[in-house]
Amino acid sequence: MPLVLTTRRGIPGSHTLAVYEKTGGYRAVGKLFSMEPSRVIEEVKSSGLRGRGGAGFSAGLKWSFVPQNTDKPKYLCVNADESEPGTFKDRLLLEEDPHQLVEGIIIACYAIRSHTAYIYVRGEFDLPTRRIESAISEAYGKGHLGKNIFGENYALDVFVHRGAGAYICGEETGLLNSLEGSKGQPRIKPPFPAIVGLFGCPTVVNNVETISALPFIIENGARAYRRWGTDKSPGTKLFSVSGHVDKPGVYELPMGYPLKDLVYKECGGIPGGKGLKAVIPGGSSMPILSAKDVETVKLDYESMVEHGSMLGSGGVIVMDEDVDLVRALQNLARFYAHESCGQCTPCREGTGWIDKILKRILHEGGTKGDFSLLAELSDNMTGKTICVLADSIAMPVLSYLKKFPEEFDRHLKGKTILPKVRML
Amino acid sequence: MSLVKLKIDGKDVSVPAGTTILEAAKTIGVEIPHYCYHPGLSIAGNCRMCLVEVEKMPKPMIGCATVVSEGMVVATQSEKVKQIQKSVMEFLLINHPLDCPTCDQAGECRLQDYYMSYDKVPSRFAEEKVRKAKMVDLGANVMLDQERCVACTRCIRFCREIAKKDELVLADRGDRITITTFPGKKMSNPYAGNVVDVCPVGALTSKDFRYKKRVWFLKKTPSICPGCSRGCNIEIHHADSRIYRLVPRYNPEVNFWWMCDEGRYGYKPVNDSRILAPSVPANGGRRQVSYEEALDKLTEFIRGVSAEKTAVVAHAGETDETLDALRDFAKNVLKTGLLYYSRNDPHDLFFDDYLITADKNPNQAFVDKLGFEPLSRLGKVGGLVVLNNLSSADLVLVKGKKVPVLALWGANNSEASRLAQVILPIPSYAEQDGHFTNVQGKIQKITKAFEPRGESRLFADSAVYLKEILEEKKVRKRAAGS
Repeated sequence: MPLVLTTRRGIPGSHTLAVYEKTGGYRAVGKLFSMEPSRVIEEVKSSGLRGRGGAGFSAGLKWSFVPQNTDKPKYLCVNADESEPGTFKDRLLLEEDPHQLVEGIIIACYAIRSHTAYIYVRGEFDLPTRRIESAISEAYGKGHLGKNIFGENYALDVFVHRGAGAYICGEETGLLNSLEGSKGQPRIKPPFPAIVGLFGCPTVVNNVETISALPFIIENGARAYRRWGTDKSPGTKLFSVSGHVDKPGVYELPMGYPLKDLVYKECGGIPGGKGLKAVIPGGSSMPILSAKDVETVKLDYESMVEHGSMLGSGGVIVMDEDVDLVRALQNLARFYAHESCGQCTPCREGTGWIDKILKRILHEGGTKGDFSLLAELSDNMTGKTICVLADSIAMPVLSYLKKFPEEFDRHLKGKTILPKVRML
Repeated sequence: MSLVKLKIDGKDVSVPAGTTILEAAKTIGVEIPHYCYHPGLSIAGNCRMCLVEVEKMPKPMIGCATVVSEGMVVATQSEKVKQIQKSVMEFLLINHPLDCPTCDQAGECRLQDYYMSYDKVPSRFAEEKVRKAKMVDLGANVMLDQERCVACTRCIRFCREIAKKDELVLADRGDRITITTFPGKKMSNPYAGNVVDVCPVGALTSKDFRYKKRVWFLKKTPSICPGCSRGCNIEIHHADSRIYRLVPRYNPEVNFWWMCDEGRYGYKPVNDSRILAPSVPANGGRRQVSYEEALDKLTEFIRGVSAEKTAVVAHAGETDETLDALRDFAKNVLKTGLLYYSRNDPHDLFFDDYLITADKNPNQAFVDKLGFEPLSRLGKVGGLVVLNNLSSADLVLVKGKKVPVLALWGANNSEASRLAQVILPIPSYAEQDGHFTNVQGKIQKITKAFEPRGESRLFADSAVYLKEILEEKKVRKRAAGS
């Protein structure tokens, strides 16, 4: 449903300035400069736009934390380090509609009175990087960026920085360290980036999707945005659907849309008419939902929490009845063990330990003791570290164990029913 | 500064605003265990051993980085905190090689200590451990065992923040993470030895100390480094009348927690190349004699050139007490005004704006205070009695002028001692009580770590004996003449 973010999708040349302007682009900016920055923040606050990177924190509120009584420069960092397994929506926005992002950047920078923005792009994103770089250079050429943008007394520079392929650099403070040239390791909070961020200056870090929603909100007003979604989760969101569906891909949907309809209506259901076993709703780090949960859960922040999971980045991974969830979990564990930055003890040691236990269970079969150890280790990792990478494997482990105990029982010693597979 | 009131484990605490929970707890004697926190370094917050419960906070907070606030209620001993400490210990030990029997850190290792205090249960880890490099020479006498490392980054922060040379980094991630130098580079900063001290585990050990002694056999005596005029506060770790290592001792007015490597490894003259017995010239060679016999011989020599024409040469490496005794001896016994001093050669290239000074003498300030003159001003004298040693320049001067060195009280054999007719052993700084006055004018105490080696005696003892015989013989002479 192209509503807010994906209206230009499929239009030939949608990534060019010409097409963007022809289809109503850069119109929000005209309105922007007639507004006070504080008014812009208020508008975004009342739109209810929540951070689309995964945490779902109010975007307007985040901006309002940026101190204005400071001599320091203020920065906007756009988080385009999309690395959460199962998530590929920002990539689409960068490839298909980069000018929408540039326009959003202009709005966000104006709101927080920033004159410099950085876009931190995931290292593996080749086409997205080329698209956003060419959009930026087009915008500079037309006076949309640089000095006196749009003829106004406002300067704005935008720089693209390409990451080197670390999941942890998607964590906002890991991103800042990486951008400064240091090892990508998250920082202790507080202080939060809004107070002490990039180069020690007040910084807002927003996800690509969050920023891309701004032109619509400013042009049409908060109320227009609130036409979709629920009271606490207004607007639309992109969902990256992968796994066992007929039509995987990125879908823009109003918040509160039933997950079941996403799977069966939008995505055409499960191939071969197979049954559904489970869905990861918000990127690999979110707790898993059972087929029963999928019957009732809706795609908004509150409904997800009620069902014991989180909306996260909107990376929906669908698994049919034939999936071995222990094997699927080990695949995740391997990822998190590989990506842990190694800073905090519970994460550094715990992620690897969980991966090894799961591997052993798959190879030799496990014991009930192994399962309870997995749960205890996950408890010991949750909420004990600088960032939430440890939680990102602990939450899946706990939810898989809780919702699918029978999947683990199939791997009890002597009961292993699956053929041995080569482990990654 | 405004005070903040809070409760830690039910006790009222009042600390200046900006204090962390860990430091606030310290003020009431509550120790919150930690690896990565070090009072002299920035906060890393990575070991997670100092997690405590704070009321109204959804998650446990790290004591090292959480600043206190008014009315805060902190629990450091709750069941939940104990469970966290146990789990952090478990995580730290799963990939640890547990090679304590061959590890130098054993006995002073945080992993051992905290295991006993906070964990004390068998490991549940049944998987294969991560293997890493065991004997990595980082340079500057520092050896790294990557498997023992807990990645607390104290060493990295020390190099960056104190030594101001960013020589160590973390490489790789997750449980493969390692401390390393940049490819092809070695550590070379003059404070590198401190990383061994700050390492809470056996990852960084000193090449100098490795496999020499189990730490529980070492006795520890507070002292002052005699390596330069800074006078860093140190602890002498010794056994069997030998120094095994020196480590810095905290003094916020002088050296904080640190010392330089030149000082740290400068203890070797206490162990080696010592003068242990008095000797006098005999038949073209030297003969070991008793201390009294040597001093009697010296009296003869002094009489030969006359006491008043005997110049005394003090040394800027001796204690306030010894220098006092020498001056008194010169003034009251020899009745000579010829008071000079020599010193360890200065090192014009090896000093910095932090701890290391170019003056390699621990007590120059006191020598100046007593009014000894540099030996370079030496005029016409009958002979010299020398304390400790002569600088290279002074040695050339004495040899050139062909001034007889009647005696040398020294702890170590040297070119100067070879010039001396009577050689008298004195204790090193490790074998005596006394004081050094440092470059800031601070008078600092050294303590006797072990009894003087061999037949060494303090110079003051010689002075007492010489006074007796020189004056007694004078009296006898007068009596005979009358």
